[in-house]
Amino acid sequence: MRASRWAGLIVLLAIVGVAGVMLGTLPLTPSQVLAGLLGTGDHTEVAVVRMFRLPRVVVAALVGAGLGAAGAALQGATRNVLAEPYLLGVSGGAAVGAVLAVAWHAPAVIVPIAGFGGALGAVALTLLVARAAGGRADARIVLMAGVVVGAFANAAIMVTLANAPANIVRNAVWWMMGSVADATWAQARWLSVYVIVGVAVLFVLARAIDVLALGEDTAAGLGVNVGAVSLAVYVAAALLAAGTVAAAGLIGFIGLLVPHLVRMAGARTHRAIIVGASLAGAALVVASDLIARVARPPAELPLGAVTAIIGVPFFLARLRRLA
Amino acid sequence: MIAFRDVAVRYLARAEPALHGVSLTALRGRLTALVGPNGSGKSTLVRALVGRVPLASGTISVDGEPVRSETRRLMARRVAIVTQREDPAFAIGVRDYVALGRYPHLGLWRAAGTSDHAAIDRAVQLTEIGALLERPITELSGGEWQRVRLARAIAQGGDAIVLDEPTTFLDIGHEMAIFELLIALAKEGHAVLLVSHQLNLVARFADEIVLLHRGRIAAAGAPGDVMQASILERVYEWPLVVTWDPTLGAPALIPLRAPSRGEHTS
Repeated sequence: MRASRWAGLIVLLAIVGVAGVMLGTLPLTPSQVLAGLLGTGDHTEVAVVRMFRLPRVVVAALVGAGLGAAGAALQGATRNVLAEPYLLGVSGGAAVGAVLAVAWHAPAVIVPIAGFGGALGAVALTLLVARAAGGRADARIVLMAGVVVGAFANAAIMVTLANAPANIVRNAVWWMMGSVADATWAQARWLSVYVIVGVAVLFVLARAIDVLALGEDTAAGLGVNVGAVSLAVYVAAALLAAGTVAAAGLIGFIGLLVPHLVRMAGARTHRAIIVGASLAGAALVVASDLIARVARPPAELPLGAVTAIIGVPFFLARLRRLA
Repeated sequence: MIAFRDVAVRYLARAEPALHGVSLTALRGRLTALVGPNGSGKSTLVRALVGRVPLASGTISVDGEPVRSETRRLMARRVAIVTQREDPAFAIGVRDYVALGRYPHLGLWRAAGTSDHAAIDRAVQLTEIGALLERPITELSGGEWQRVRLARAIAQGGDAIVLDEPTTFLDIGHEMAIFELLIALAKEGHAVLLVSHQLNLVARFADEIVLLHRGRIAAAGAPGDVMQASILERVYEWPLVVTWDPTLGAPALIPLRAPSRGEHTS
Protein backbone atom coordinates (compact mmCIF):
# COMPACT_ATOMS: atom_id res chain seq x y z
CA MET A 1 0.00 0.00 0.00
CA ARG A 2 1.36 3.44 -0.93
CA ALA A 3 2.46 5.85 1.80
CA SER A 4 -0.21 8.38 0.75
CA ARG A 5 -2.93 5.80 1.38
CA TRP A 6 -1.52 4.99 4.83
CA ALA A 7 -1.52 8.71 5.61
CA GLY A 8 -5.07 9.00 4.29
CA LEU A 9 -6.21 6.14 6.50
CA ILE A 10 -4.70 7.72 9.61
CA VAL A 11 -6.18 11.12 8.75
CA LEU A 12 -9.57 9.49 8.18
CA LEU A 13 -9.41 7.80 11.58
CA ALA A 14 -8.45 11.12 13.20
CA ILE A 15 -11.32 12.94 11.46
CA VAL A 16 -14.00 10.45 12.46
CA GLY A 17 -12.50 10.34 15.96
CA VAL A 18 -12.77 14.14 16.37
CA ALA A 19 -16.23 14.13 14.80
CA GLY A 20 -17.23 11.36 17.20
CA VAL A 21 -16.37 13.59 20.14
CA MET A 22 -17.97 16.72 18.62
CA LEU A 23 -21.32 15.38 17.47
CA GLY A 24 -24.23 14.00 19.44
CA THR A 25 -27.29 15.19 21.33
CA LEU A 26 -25.20 18.13 22.52
CA PRO A 27 -23.07 19.27 19.56
CA LEU A 28 -19.72 20.78 20.49
CA THR A 29 -17.36 23.03 18.53
CA PRO A 30 -13.70 22.02 18.13
CA SER A 31 -12.68 24.64 20.70
CA GLN A 32 -15.25 23.29 23.16
CA VAL A 33 -13.87 19.79 22.61
CA LEU A 34 -10.35 21.05 23.28
CA ALA A 35 -11.53 22.90 26.40
CA GLY A 36 -13.31 19.76 27.51
CA LEU A 37 -10.20 17.66 26.98
CA LEU A 38 -8.03 20.11 28.91
CA GLY A 39 -10.68 20.47 31.61
CA THR A 40 -10.96 24.22 31.12
CA GLY A 41 -14.50 24.31 29.67
CA ASP A 42 -17.75 24.40 31.63
CA HIS A 43 -18.68 21.37 33.68
CA THR A 44 -21.16 19.93 31.21
CA GLU A 45 -18.69 20.10 28.33
CA VAL A 46 -15.89 18.57 30.37
CA ALA A 47 -18.19 15.76 31.52
CA VAL A 48 -19.57 15.09 28.04
CA VAL A 49 -16.14 15.01 26.44
CA ARG A 50 -14.20 13.22 29.13
CA MET A 51 -16.72 10.84 30.61
CA PHE A 52 -18.99 9.96 27.70
CA ARG A 53 -17.81 10.75 24.21
CA LEU A 54 -14.08 10.13 24.42
CA PRO A 55 -14.27 6.68 26.06
CA ARG A 56 -17.04 5.83 23.63
CA VAL A 57 -14.91 6.77 20.62
CA VAL A 58 -11.91 4.92 22.06
CA VAL A 59 -13.90 1.73 22.73
CA ALA A 60 -15.50 1.91 19.27
CA ALA A 61 -12.06 2.30 17.69
CA LEU A 62 -10.64 -0.62 19.68
CA VAL A 63 -13.58 -2.86 18.79
CA GLY A 64 -13.19 -1.99 15.12
CA ALA A 65 -9.42 -2.50 15.22
CA GLY A 66 -9.80 -5.91 16.83
CA LEU A 67 -12.51 -7.12 14.47
CA GLY A 68 -10.68 -5.80 11.39
CA ALA A 69 -7.36 -7.43 12.29
CA ALA A 70 -9.03 -10.71 13.29
CA GLY A 71 -10.96 -10.82 10.02
CA ALA A 72 -7.87 -10.04 7.96
CA ALA A 73 -5.79 -12.76 9.61
CA LEU A 74 -8.57 -15.30 9.34
CA GLN A 75 -9.29 -14.62 5.68
CA GLY A 76 -5.60 -15.06 4.95
CA ALA A 77 -5.09 -18.24 6.95
CA THR A 78 -8.27 -19.89 5.65
CA ARG A 79 -7.67 -18.60 2.09
CA ASN A 80 -11.33 -17.67 2.15
CA VAL A 81 -12.50 -14.11 1.50
CA LEU A 82 -15.83 -14.88 3.18
CA ALA A 83 -14.23 -15.91 6.47
CA GLU A 84 -14.69 -13.68 9.49
CA PRO A 85 -14.05 -14.16 13.20
CA TYR A 86 -17.75 -14.54 14.04
CA LEU A 87 -17.86 -17.62 11.82
CA LEU A 88 -15.73 -19.59 14.27
CA GLY A 89 -18.65 -19.67 16.68
CA VAL A 90 -17.65 -16.41 18.40
CA SER A 91 -20.92 -14.57 17.78
CA GLY A 92 -23.24 -17.48 18.54
CA GLY A 93 -21.38 -18.49 21.68
CA ALA A 94 -21.17 -14.93 22.95
CA ALA A 95 -24.89 -14.46 22.35
CA VAL A 96 -25.73 -17.65 24.26
CA GLY A 97 -23.59 -16.58 27.21
CA ALA A 98 -25.08 -13.09 27.30
CA VAL A 99 -28.67 -14.25 26.80
CA LEU A 100 -28.35 -16.80 29.59
CA ALA A 101 -26.92 -14.12 31.87
CA VAL A 102 -29.83 -11.79 31.02
CA ALA A 103 -32.41 -14.58 31.40
CA TRP A 104 -31.04 -15.50 34.85
CA HIS A 105 -31.22 -11.84 35.93
CA ALA A 106 -27.45 -11.59 36.35
CA PRO A 107 -26.14 -8.10 37.20
CA ALA A 108 -25.35 -5.96 34.15
CA VAL A 109 -21.59 -6.24 34.75
CA ILE A 110 -21.80 -10.03 34.41
CA VAL A 111 -23.40 -9.94 30.94
CA PRO A 112 -20.24 -9.10 28.94
CA ILE A 113 -18.21 -11.60 30.98
CA ALA A 114 -20.81 -14.28 30.25
CA GLY A 115 -20.66 -13.27 26.58
CA PHE A 116 -16.89 -13.62 26.58
CA GLY A 117 -17.12 -17.01 28.28
CA GLY A 118 -19.75 -18.16 25.81
CA ALA A 119 -17.55 -17.06 22.90
CA LEU A 120 -14.55 -18.96 24.27
CA GLY A 121 -16.68 -22.05 24.86
CA ALA A 122 -18.05 -21.93 21.32
CA VAL A 123 -14.61 -21.46 19.76
CA ALA A 124 -13.30 -24.43 21.76
CA LEU A 125 -16.33 -26.44 20.63
CA THR A 126 -15.77 -25.43 17.00
CA LEU A 127 -12.14 -26.55 17.10
CA LEU A 128 -13.10 -29.79 18.87
CA VAL A 129 -15.80 -30.54 16.31
CA ALA A 130 -13.30 -29.86 13.51
CA ARG A 131 -10.76 -32.09 15.19
CA ALA A 132 -13.28 -34.90 15.70
CA ALA A 133 -14.12 -34.60 12.00
CA GLY A 134 -10.43 -35.14 11.29
CA GLY A 135 -9.51 -31.64 10.17
CA ARG A 136 -8.09 -29.66 13.07
CA ALA A 137 -6.29 -27.27 10.75
CA ASP A 138 -8.28 -27.79 7.56
CA ALA A 139 -9.81 -24.38 6.90
CA ARG A 140 -12.95 -25.70 5.23
CA ILE A 141 -13.72 -28.11 8.05
CA VAL A 142 -13.04 -25.50 10.73
CA LEU A 143 -15.35 -22.99 9.03
CA MET A 144 -18.09 -25.62 8.61
CA ALA A 145 -17.71 -26.65 12.23
CA GLY A 146 -18.12 -22.96 13.15
CA VAL A 147 -21.33 -22.76 11.12
CA VAL A 148 -22.68 -25.87 12.89
CA VAL A 149 -21.80 -24.53 16.35
CA GLY A 150 -23.37 -21.19 15.39
CA ALA A 151 -26.60 -22.91 14.34
CA PHE A 152 -26.65 -24.82 17.62
CA ALA A 153 -26.11 -21.57 19.52
CA ASN A 154 -29.02 -19.96 17.67
CA ALA A 155 -31.25 -22.85 18.65
CA ALA A 156 -30.14 -22.49 22.27
CA ILE A 157 -30.96 -18.77 22.20
CA MET A 158 -34.42 -19.38 20.76
CA VAL A 159 -35.17 -22.04 23.36
CA THR A 160 -34.01 -19.72 26.14
CA LEU A 161 -35.99 -16.73 24.89
CA ALA A 162 -39.14 -18.60 23.78
CA ASN A 163 -40.81 -18.42 27.18
CA ALA A 164 -38.88 -15.48 28.64
CA PRO A 165 -40.68 -12.31 29.79
CA ALA A 166 -40.75 -9.41 27.32
CA ASN A 167 -38.20 -7.23 29.16
CA ILE A 168 -35.64 -10.03 29.17
CA VAL A 169 -36.16 -10.67 25.46
CA ARG A 170 -35.70 -6.96 24.82
CA ASN A 171 -32.49 -6.73 26.87
CA ALA A 172 -31.06 -9.82 25.23
CA VAL A 173 -31.91 -8.63 21.73
CA TRP A 174 -30.37 -5.22 22.47
CA TRP A 175 -27.18 -6.80 23.59
CA MET A 176 -27.06 -8.91 20.44
CA MET A 177 -27.45 -5.80 18.27
CA GLY A 178 -24.21 -4.36 19.62
CA SER A 179 -23.53 -0.94 21.16
CA VAL A 180 -20.76 1.15 22.64
CA ALA A 181 -23.20 3.56 24.33
CA ASP A 182 -22.16 2.45 27.82
CA ALA A 183 -18.41 2.65 27.21
CA THR A 184 -16.29 3.58 30.23
CA TRP A 185 -12.62 4.34 30.72
CA ALA A 186 -12.22 1.12 32.66
CA GLN A 187 -13.54 -0.76 29.67
CA ALA A 188 -11.30 1.21 27.31
CA ARG A 189 -8.26 0.36 29.45
CA TRP A 190 -8.64 -3.43 29.52
CA LEU A 191 -9.83 -3.52 25.94
CA SER A 192 -6.82 -1.51 24.77
CA VAL A 193 -4.39 -3.97 26.37
CA TYR A 194 -6.35 -6.88 24.96
CA VAL A 195 -6.61 -5.50 21.42
CA ILE A 196 -2.99 -4.30 21.25
CA VAL A 197 -1.70 -7.71 22.37
CA GLY A 198 -4.08 -9.53 20.01
CA VAL A 199 -3.21 -7.42 16.98
CA ALA A 200 0.49 -7.73 17.82
CA VAL A 201 0.23 -11.54 17.92
CA LEU A 202 -1.51 -11.56 14.54
CA PHE A 203 1.09 -9.13 13.17
CA VAL A 204 3.86 -11.53 14.20
CA LEU A 205 2.02 -14.40 12.52
CA ALA A 206 1.47 -12.30 9.37
CA ARG A 207 4.46 -13.63 7.44
CA ALA A 208 3.37 -17.22 8.02
CA ILE A 209 -0.15 -16.19 6.92
CA ASP A 210 1.35 -14.90 3.65
CA VAL A 211 2.86 -18.35 3.12
CA LEU A 212 -0.33 -20.18 4.17
CA ALA A 213 -2.30 -18.12 1.65
CA LEU A 214 -0.27 -19.78 -1.12
CA GLY A 215 -1.86 -23.13 -0.28
CA GLU A 216 -1.07 -25.83 2.24
CA ASP A 217 1.33 -27.91 0.14
CA THR A 218 3.42 -24.89 -0.86
CA ALA A 219 3.37 -23.63 2.74
CA ALA A 220 4.59 -27.01 4.00
CA GLY A 221 7.35 -26.93 1.36
CA LEU A 222 8.45 -23.54 2.71
CA GLY A 223 8.78 -25.00 6.19
CA VAL A 224 5.55 -23.70 7.72
CA ASN A 225 3.95 -26.06 10.22
CA VAL A 226 0.52 -25.68 8.61
CA GLY A 227 -1.47 -27.20 11.46
CA ALA A 228 0.19 -25.26 14.27
CA VAL A 229 0.18 -21.89 12.49
CA SER A 230 -3.44 -22.24 11.35
CA LEU A 231 -4.52 -23.14 14.87
CA ALA A 232 -2.59 -20.20 16.33
CA VAL A 233 -4.33 -17.81 13.90
CA TYR A 234 -7.78 -19.27 14.62
CA VAL A 235 -7.32 -19.03 18.38
CA ALA A 236 -5.79 -15.53 18.31
CA ALA A 237 -8.46 -14.19 15.95
CA ALA A 238 -11.29 -15.79 17.92
CA LEU A 239 -9.97 -14.49 21.25
CA LEU A 240 -9.60 -11.02 19.79
CA ALA A 241 -13.16 -11.08 18.45
CA ALA A 242 -14.48 -12.49 21.74
CA GLY A 243 -12.92 -9.58 23.62
CA THR A 244 -14.61 -7.06 21.35
CA VAL A 245 -17.91 -8.90 21.79
CA ALA A 246 -17.58 -8.67 25.55
CA ALA A 247 -17.09 -4.91 25.25
CA ALA A 248 -19.70 -4.04 22.65
CA GLY A 249 -21.88 -7.03 21.80
CA LEU A 250 -22.22 -8.27 18.24
CA ILE A 251 -21.10 -5.88 15.52
CA GLY A 252 -21.36 -7.62 12.21
CA PHE A 253 -19.69 -7.09 8.84
CA ILE A 254 -16.53 -5.35 10.13
CA GLY A 255 -14.41 -8.50 10.22
CA LEU A 256 -15.75 -9.53 6.84
CA LEU A 257 -15.70 -6.20 5.02
CA VAL A 258 -12.66 -4.29 6.24
CA PRO A 259 -9.99 -6.71 4.95
CA HIS A 260 -11.54 -6.39 1.48
CA LEU A 261 -11.34 -2.59 1.65
CA VAL A 262 -7.70 -2.71 2.71
CA ARG A 263 -6.75 -5.13 -0.03
CA MET A 264 -8.63 -2.98 -2.55
CA ALA A 265 -6.56 -0.02 -1.34
CA GLY A 266 -3.44 -1.94 -2.35
CA ALA A 267 -2.25 -3.79 0.77
CA ARG A 268 -0.74 -7.07 -0.41
CA THR A 269 1.20 -8.74 2.40
CA HIS A 270 -0.52 -9.62 5.64
CA ARG A 271 1.56 -7.34 7.83
CA ALA A 272 0.15 -4.42 5.84
CA ILE A 273 -3.30 -5.97 5.57
CA ILE A 274 -3.56 -6.60 9.33
CA VAL A 275 -2.35 -3.14 10.34
CA GLY A 276 -4.48 -1.52 7.63
CA ALA A 277 -7.53 -3.51 8.70
CA SER A 278 -7.03 -2.39 12.31
CA LEU A 279 -6.99 1.27 11.28
CA ALA A 280 -9.83 0.95 8.78
CA GLY A 281 -11.91 -1.15 11.19
CA ALA A 282 -11.41 1.45 13.90
CA ALA A 283 -12.46 4.27 11.56
CA LEU A 284 -15.49 2.36 10.31
CA VAL A 285 -16.84 1.48 13.77
CA VAL A 286 -16.28 5.02 15.10
CA ALA A 287 -18.09 6.41 12.03
CA SER A 288 -20.90 3.86 12.40
CA ASP A 289 -21.33 4.71 16.06
CA LEU A 290 -21.51 8.38 15.11
CA ILE A 291 -24.27 7.60 12.63
CA ALA A 292 -26.03 5.47 15.26
CA ARG A 293 -26.09 8.52 17.56
CA VAL A 294 -27.03 11.31 15.17
CA ALA A 295 -29.29 9.59 12.62
CA ARG A 296 -32.53 9.68 14.65
CA PRO A 297 -31.96 11.80 17.76
CA PRO A 298 -32.64 11.38 20.59
CA ALA A 299 -33.05 7.66 19.87
CA GLU A 300 -29.93 5.59 19.16
CA LEU A 301 -29.77 3.03 16.40
CA PRO A 302 -28.19 -0.33 17.22
CA LEU A 303 -24.52 -0.15 16.18
CA GLY A 304 -24.55 -3.66 14.69
CA ALA A 305 -27.44 -2.64 12.43
CA VAL A 306 -25.59 0.48 11.23
CA THR A 307 -22.43 -1.46 10.37
CA ALA A 308 -24.56 -3.98 8.46
CA ILE A 309 -26.42 -1.21 6.60
CA ILE A 310 -23.07 0.34 5.59
CA GLY A 311 -21.50 -3.04 4.92
CA VAL A 312 -24.10 -4.53 2.64
CA PRO A 313 -23.83 -2.05 -0.27
CA PHE A 314 -20.01 -2.10 -0.01
CA PHE A 315 -20.07 -5.82 -0.17
CA LEU A 316 -22.49 -5.90 -3.09
CA ALA A 317 -20.19 -3.56 -5.02
CA ARG A 318 -17.28 -5.85 -4.18
CA LEU A 319 -19.24 -8.89 -5.41
CA ARG A 320 -19.90 -7.12 -8.70
CA ARG A 321 -16.17 -6.57 -9.10
CA LEU A 322 -15.47 -10.23 -8.38
CA ALA A 323 -18.15 -11.51 -10.75
CA MET B 1 20.91 -35.11 -2.05
CA ILE B 2 17.38 -36.34 -1.46
CA ALA B 3 17.03 -40.04 -0.66
CA PHE B 4 13.78 -41.99 -0.42
CA ARG B 5 14.28 -45.42 1.23
CA ASP B 6 11.51 -48.04 1.02
CA VAL B 7 8.88 -45.33 1.25
CA ALA B 8 5.35 -46.69 1.61
CA VAL B 9 2.25 -44.48 1.78
CA ARG B 10 -1.29 -45.62 2.29
CA TYR B 11 -4.31 -43.34 1.86
CA LEU B 12 -7.19 -44.02 4.23
CA ALA B 13 -9.87 -44.26 1.56
CA ARG B 14 -7.98 -46.64 -0.72
CA ALA B 15 -7.37 -50.35 -0.30
CA GLU B 16 -4.13 -50.39 -2.30
CA PRO B 17 -1.17 -48.44 -0.90
CA ALA B 18 -0.25 -45.42 -3.04
CA LEU B 19 3.45 -46.26 -2.72
CA HIS B 20 4.89 -49.73 -1.97
CA GLY B 21 8.42 -49.33 -0.71
CA VAL B 22 9.87 -46.90 -3.25
CA SER B 23 13.60 -46.13 -3.08
CA LEU B 24 15.26 -43.49 -5.18
CA THR B 25 18.01 -40.93 -4.82
CA ALA B 26 18.27 -37.50 -6.40
CA LEU B 27 21.96 -36.65 -6.46
CA ARG B 28 23.55 -33.22 -6.63
CA GLY B 29 24.61 -32.13 -10.08
CA ARG B 30 22.04 -34.35 -11.75
CA LEU B 31 18.58 -34.01 -13.20
CA THR B 32 16.57 -36.96 -11.97
CA ALA B 33 13.20 -37.41 -13.66
CA LEU B 34 10.26 -39.15 -12.06
CA VAL B 35 7.78 -40.36 -14.68
CA GLY B 36 4.80 -42.67 -14.79
CA PRO B 37 1.09 -42.74 -15.61
CA ASN B 38 -1.49 -40.66 -13.76
CA GLY B 39 -2.04 -42.06 -10.29
CA SER B 40 1.24 -43.97 -10.24
CA GLY B 41 2.34 -42.21 -7.05
CA LYS B 42 4.59 -39.41 -8.35
CA SER B 43 2.84 -36.55 -6.56
CA THR B 44 2.36 -38.68 -3.46
CA LEU B 45 6.13 -39.00 -3.25
CA VAL B 46 6.46 -35.20 -3.40
CA ARG B 47 3.72 -34.73 -0.79
CA ALA B 48 5.44 -37.27 1.46
CA LEU B 49 8.65 -35.25 1.20
CA VAL B 50 6.91 -32.15 2.63
CA GLY B 51 5.09 -34.17 5.26
CA ARG B 52 1.61 -33.71 3.80
CA VAL B 53 1.01 -37.46 3.82
CA PRO B 54 2.32 -39.71 6.61
CA LEU B 55 4.73 -42.52 5.78
CA ALA B 56 3.46 -46.03 6.50
CA SER B 57 7.10 -47.14 6.48
CA GLY B 58 10.48 -46.11 5.12
CA THR B 59 12.50 -42.93 5.48
CA ILE B 60 13.14 -39.77 3.53
CA SER B 61 16.42 -37.99 4.14
CA VAL B 62 18.05 -34.85 2.87
CA ASP B 63 21.86 -34.84 2.85
CA GLY B 64 21.77 -37.87 5.11
CA GLU B 65 19.49 -36.31 7.72
CA PRO B 66 16.04 -37.83 8.10
CA VAL B 67 13.15 -35.47 7.41
CA ARG B 68 11.07 -34.86 10.54
CA SER B 69 8.30 -32.43 11.25
CA GLU B 70 10.41 -30.54 13.83
CA THR B 71 13.10 -29.81 11.29
CA ARG B 72 10.80 -28.83 8.44
CA ARG B 73 12.08 -25.26 8.25
CA LEU B 74 15.70 -26.42 8.25
CA MET B 75 14.83 -28.81 5.44
CA ALA B 76 13.16 -26.01 3.50
CA ARG B 77 16.51 -24.18 3.48
CA ARG B 78 18.00 -27.11 1.58
CA VAL B 79 15.15 -28.35 -0.58
CA ALA B 80 12.74 -26.12 -2.50
CA ILE B 81 9.51 -27.57 -3.77
CA VAL B 82 7.33 -26.39 -6.64
CA THR B 83 4.09 -28.28 -6.21
CA GLN B 84 1.88 -29.38 -9.07
CA ARG B 85 -0.88 -26.92 -8.32
CA GLU B 86 -0.64 -23.67 -6.47
CA ASP B 87 -3.62 -21.42 -6.23
CA PRO B 88 -2.76 -18.37 -4.15
CA ALA B 89 -5.82 -16.90 -2.47
CA PHE B 90 -4.78 -13.26 -2.87
CA ALA B 91 -3.18 -11.02 -5.46
CA ILE B 92 0.22 -10.64 -3.78
CA GLY B 93 2.86 -8.86 -5.88
CA VAL B 94 5.56 -10.83 -7.74
CA ARG B 95 8.33 -9.17 -5.70
CA ASP B 96 6.70 -10.10 -2.38
CA TYR B 97 5.91 -13.57 -3.69
CA VAL B 98 9.53 -14.33 -4.62
CA ALA B 99 10.63 -12.90 -1.27
CA LEU B 100 8.47 -15.51 0.51
CA GLY B 101 11.08 -18.00 -0.71
CA ARG B 102 13.23 -16.62 2.10
CA TYR B 103 10.68 -17.63 4.75
CA PRO B 104 12.68 -20.72 5.84
CA HIS B 105 15.62 -18.43 6.63
CA LEU B 106 13.68 -15.53 8.14
CA GLY B 107 10.82 -17.17 10.04
CA LEU B 108 8.33 -14.83 11.65
CA TRP B 109 10.73 -12.33 13.15
CA ARG B 110 13.96 -11.71 11.23
CA ALA B 111 14.12 -8.87 8.73
CA ALA B 112 15.61 -9.59 5.30
CA GLY B 113 19.37 -8.93 5.14
CA THR B 114 21.95 -8.71 2.35
CA SER B 115 22.17 -12.47 1.83
CA ASP B 116 18.39 -12.62 1.43
CA HIS B 117 18.33 -9.79 -1.09
CA ALA B 118 21.22 -11.38 -2.98
CA ALA B 119 19.38 -14.72 -3.19
CA ILE B 120 16.24 -13.00 -4.44
CA ASP B 121 18.14 -10.94 -7.03
CA ARG B 122 19.91 -14.04 -8.33
CA ALA B 123 16.65 -15.96 -8.63
CA VAL B 124 15.04 -13.05 -10.48
CA GLN B 125 18.01 -12.90 -12.86
CA LEU B 126 18.14 -16.65 -13.56
CA THR B 127 14.43 -16.85 -14.32
CA GLU B 128 14.41 -13.50 -16.18
CA ILE B 129 11.36 -12.14 -14.37
CA GLY B 130 12.79 -8.67 -13.68
CA ALA B 131 10.09 -7.03 -15.78
CA LEU B 132 7.30 -8.73 -13.82
CA LEU B 133 8.26 -7.68 -10.29
CA GLU B 134 5.63 -4.98 -9.88
CA ARG B 135 2.77 -7.08 -11.23
CA PRO B 136 0.31 -8.98 -9.02
CA ILE B 137 0.68 -12.74 -9.44
CA THR B 138 -2.96 -13.00 -10.53
CA GLU B 139 -2.13 -11.06 -13.69
CA LEU B 140 0.57 -13.35 -15.09
CA SER B 141 0.35 -15.70 -18.06
CA GLY B 142 0.84 -19.42 -17.45
CA GLY B 143 4.47 -19.27 -18.55
CA GLU B 144 5.24 -16.20 -16.46
CA TRP B 145 3.60 -17.75 -13.41
CA GLN B 146 5.69 -20.93 -13.68
CA ARG B 147 8.87 -18.84 -14.02
CA VAL B 148 7.88 -16.77 -10.99
CA ARG B 149 7.23 -19.94 -8.98
CA LEU B 150 10.62 -21.26 -10.01
CA ALA B 151 12.20 -17.96 -8.93
CA ARG B 152 10.59 -18.34 -5.51
CA ALA B 153 12.03 -21.85 -5.24
CA ILE B 154 15.51 -20.73 -6.34
CA ALA B 155 15.37 -17.84 -3.86
CA GLN B 156 15.02 -20.44 -1.11
CA GLY B 157 18.73 -20.91 -1.67
CA GLY B 158 19.02 -24.64 -1.13
CA ASP B 159 20.94 -26.99 -3.37
CA ALA B 160 18.01 -29.29 -4.10
CA ILE B 161 14.82 -28.50 -5.97
CA VAL B 162 11.79 -30.69 -6.56
CA LEU B 163 9.28 -29.78 -9.26
CA ASP B 164 5.96 -31.50 -9.84
CA GLU B 165 5.01 -31.08 -13.50
CA PRO B 166 6.27 -27.51 -13.85
CA THR B 167 5.56 -27.32 -17.58
CA THR B 168 1.88 -28.33 -17.60
CA PHE B 169 -0.11 -25.84 -19.71
CA LEU B 170 3.04 -24.30 -21.21
CA ASP B 171 3.72 -23.90 -24.92
CA ILE B 172 6.85 -25.36 -26.53
CA GLY B 173 9.00 -22.27 -26.08
CA HIS B 174 8.11 -21.74 -22.43
CA GLU B 175 8.45 -25.45 -21.72
CA MET B 176 11.92 -25.60 -23.27
CA ALA B 177 12.97 -22.50 -21.35
CA ILE B 178 12.05 -24.22 -18.08
CA PHE B 179 13.94 -27.39 -19.06
CA GLU B 180 17.03 -25.36 -20.01
CA LEU B 181 16.86 -23.61 -16.67
CA LEU B 182 16.61 -26.91 -14.79
CA ILE B 183 19.61 -28.27 -16.69
CA ALA B 184 21.56 -25.13 -15.82
CA LEU B 185 20.64 -25.58 -12.14
CA ALA B 186 21.77 -29.20 -12.20
CA LYS B 187 25.07 -28.20 -13.89
CA GLU B 188 25.57 -25.65 -11.12
CA GLY B 189 25.44 -28.49 -8.62
CA HIS B 190 21.78 -28.61 -7.62
CA ALA B 191 20.00 -31.90 -7.12
CA VAL B 192 16.98 -31.50 -9.41
CA LEU B 193 14.10 -33.95 -9.05
CA LEU B 194 11.54 -33.41 -11.79
CA VAL B 195 8.13 -35.04 -11.98
CA SER B 196 7.04 -34.91 -15.61
CA HIS B 197 4.79 -36.44 -18.26
CA GLN B 198 7.04 -35.19 -21.06
CA LEU B 199 8.88 -38.44 -21.74
CA ASN B 200 10.63 -37.19 -24.86
CA LEU B 201 11.99 -34.07 -23.17
CA VAL B 202 12.96 -36.02 -20.10
CA ALA B 203 14.74 -38.58 -22.32
CA ARG B 204 16.85 -35.75 -23.76
CA PHE B 205 17.58 -33.81 -20.62
CA ALA B 206 17.54 -36.14 -17.62
CA ASP B 207 20.60 -37.92 -16.25
CA GLU B 208 18.41 -40.57 -14.71
CA ILE B 209 14.79 -41.58 -15.19
CA VAL B 210 12.72 -43.35 -12.54
CA LEU B 211 9.52 -44.90 -13.92
CA LEU B 212 6.74 -45.42 -11.37
CA HIS B 213 3.86 -47.82 -11.95
CA ARG B 214 1.10 -48.40 -9.40
CA GLY B 215 3.26 -47.26 -6.52
CA ARG B 216 6.28 -49.35 -7.48
CA ILE B 217 9.40 -48.60 -9.50
CA ALA B 218 8.96 -50.29 -12.88
CA ALA B 219 12.34 -49.22 -14.24
CA ALA B 220 15.14 -46.84 -13.30
CA GLY B 221 18.39 -45.82 -14.90
CA ALA B 222 19.81 -43.86 -17.81
CA PRO B 223 17.23 -42.65 -20.37
CA GLY B 224 18.24 -45.38 -22.84
CA ASP B 225 17.52 -48.08 -20.25
CA VAL B 226 14.09 -46.85 -19.27
CA MET B 227 12.87 -45.71 -22.68
CA GLN B 228 12.15 -49.24 -23.90
CA ALA B 229 8.94 -49.84 -25.81
CA SER B 230 8.27 -53.11 -24.00
CA ILE B 231 8.48 -51.47 -20.57
CA LEU B 232 6.58 -48.32 -21.48
CA GLU B 233 3.79 -50.17 -23.31
CA ARG B 234 3.18 -52.29 -20.24
CA VAL B 235 3.23 -49.35 -17.84
CA TYR B 236 1.19 -46.89 -19.92
CA GLU B 237 -1.09 -49.62 -21.33
CA TRP B 238 -0.93 -48.10 -24.78
CA PRO B 239 0.75 -49.22 -28.00
CA LEU B 240 3.86 -47.19 -28.80
CA VAL B 241 7.22 -47.32 -30.50
CA VAL B 242 10.54 -45.96 -29.30
CA THR B 243 12.99 -44.85 -31.98
CA TRP B 244 16.45 -43.32 -31.76
CA ASP B 245 16.48 -39.75 -32.91
CA PRO B 246 19.96 -39.26 -34.45
CA THR B 247 19.75 -35.45 -34.62
CA LEU B 248 19.04 -35.24 -30.90
CA GLY B 249 21.02 -38.29 -29.92
CA ALA B 250 18.20 -39.39 -27.68
CA PRO B 251 15.41 -41.96 -27.67
CA ALA B 252 12.05 -40.67 -28.91
CA LEU B 253 8.69 -42.14 -28.05
CA ILE B 254 5.79 -42.15 -30.49
CA PRO B 255 2.41 -43.31 -29.21
CA LEU B 256 0.39 -45.26 -31.82
CA ARG B 257 -3.32 -45.13 -32.57
CA ALA B 258 -5.54 -47.52 -30.67
CA PRO B 259 -6.00 -50.44 -33.11
CA SER B 260 -9.80 -50.82 -32.91
CA ARG B 261 -10.62 -47.10 -32.84
CA GLY B 262 -8.04 -46.20 -35.49
CA GLU B 263 -9.61 -48.43 -38.14
CA HIS B 264 -12.95 -46.69 -37.97
CA THR B 265 -12.11 -43.03 -37.64
CA SER B 266 -9.06 -42.42 -39.78
